[in-house]
Amino acid sequence: MKHDYASYISDTAKDLKPSGIRRFFDLAAQMEGVISLGVGEPDFITPWGTREAAILSLEQGYTSYTANPGLFELRQEITNYLDSRFGVQYDPKNQIIVTIGASQAIDLAFRAILNQGDEVLIVEPAFVSYGPLVAIAGGTPVPVSTIAENGFKVTPEQLESAITNRTKAILLCSPNNPTGTTLNKAELSAIAKIVEKHDLIVVSDEIYAELLYEDEPYTSFSSVEGMYKRTILINGFSKGFAMTGWRLGFLAAPKELVEVMLKIFQYTTMCAPHMLQHGALEAMRNGYHEVEAMRASYRRRRNYVVQTLNQIGLDCHTPGGAFYVFPSIKSTGLTSEQFAEELLMQEKVAVVPGSVFGESGEGYVRCSYATSMQQLQEALKRMQRFIESRCPVIRTTP
Amino acid sequence: MKLTSEELEILKIIEENHRLPIETIAMMAMTSEEEVQRTIKKLEDVKIIMSYPTLIDWSKVEGQEGVVAMIDVKVTPKRGVGFDEVAGRIARFPEVSSLYLMSGAYDLSITVEGKTMQQIASFVSEKLSPIENVVSTTTHFMLKKYKHDGVIFDDGDEKDRRMVVTL
Repeated sequence: MKHDYASYISDTAKDLKPSGIRRFFDLAAQMEGVISLGVGEPDFITPWGTREAAILSLEQGYTSYTANPGLFELRQEITNYLDSRFGVQYDPKNQIIVTIGASQAIDLAFRAILNQGDEVLIVEPAFVSYGPLVAIAGGTPVPVSTIAENGFKVTPEQLESAITNRTKAILLCSPNNPTGTTLNKAELSAIAKIVEKHDLIVVSDEIYAELLYEDEPYTSFSSVEGMYKRTILINGFSKGFAMTGWRLGFLAAPKELVEVMLKIFQYTTMCAPHMLQHGALEAMRNGYHEVEAMRASYRRRRNYVVQTLNQIGLDCHTPGGAFYVFPSIKSTGLTSEQFAEELLMQEKVAVVPGSVFGESGEGYVRCSYATSMQQLQEALKRMQRFIESRCPVIRTTP
Repeated sequence: MKLTSEELEILKIIEENHRLPIETIAMMAMTSEEEVQRTIKKLEDVKIIMSYPTLIDWSKVEGQEGVVAMIDVKVTPKRGVGFDEVAGRIARFPEVSSLYLMSGAYDLSITVEGKTMQQIASFVSEKLSPIENVVSTTTHFMLKKYKHDGVIFDDGDEKDRRMVVTL
């Protein structure tokens, strides 16, 4: 007789929606000759200096645990980095935790601050993990939808109208996955007023902070006046330093919050892998010029992709950061899932349907330009052919 | 010569790949096609853009493998012109593919390409050594190219290992 597992599964786990992309992913993975614009990570392999430092640390036998919050030298480098890059000061002794990817840092943040039923505002379209992480921590994710006409920027009014007496926190992600939208200092300051007024915490996912393409410097939410004490700053090595598979992130926050998150972290994880922390140490000390070179390369590709998408009839705003563009596919009359699936079947180009990132993502697809120019040129050619075959009425440049 | 940030950007783009269509370069640099054409023409005229070579792994082409040698040359500098005159003489030989003035134990570093070792040997003995002011030469034959002009040869290990779709 088949064992019935359903009765064992927690309600929280039952209620988690499976990732909306599974079926599409399986389809794409089976096909030959697919050009993928569906990848949420850099096309660069981690710079060699960083890799070599990790190899060396293994050779030297750095295989033990480290202190729970991570190697002290690494935490020191992280605080130096946060200070010099974003002008925010943290104490390496008690304000930093090196985590297993930025995802774990977000998980820790929610577990530390949420009681059953506490609400967290999530600005959508948003990275797929936020909502489930809030739910796992017992909270209730409350989506706040943004629109393309406003460059997918959230307004203070939108946030305010979603606030209830159960609202505990706001999750911000700038530059954003999937839209690439970046909030500047003035926009963040306006949000800060709401945060102050309603006595909220902000979990600020700044994982794409290094991938910013405008001249204006990046503003960390923690650096906005009055927000240091209300911010759990999330960052990591994955995107800017091209270290996704290393799973190394970090968080910085007021020490009273870090203390609580560290308590959870030491029971769940103990510490991030020792040898990988040595790699990250090298990346922080000597790898920054590589970050700059990668950024320049992404910027050129962003410029090319945005203009070409607009030319072939897919309206696309110019995102300030990350390595995604989020064009509208409404002109095709297809849903974002249909668009992605038909584009894959017909032209073997994989993009991610916007609906995966929340209701407000419907009508859009996410295209990552973290792939070679050659691939991008070919992918866009195929997309143009697809658009022309779908809707010959759209005028595209020859 | 001081370049604008836009000119610099165009240079960096074509340094990586000069075969991109002008239209694509213009988009990448956020400028017009005319501006790209004008910039390239200008930088060619002032010889900042020198040529558009293609990096070829000749070792993979049967019968075209060839031989490369790097030669350290000591020379006596000449009053008034220093090393420039003798360097100029050496540079004109078509066998010489690169030539640098070096600090350290010797003066000139020369890369010579030939079809056979014999050909390079006779270049050294018949052309290079007899030049007035050349004091000595040390010839090193290149055994294998691992990296040239920033490109790793046979970089087969480092392929794209990413999954097709990740969020």
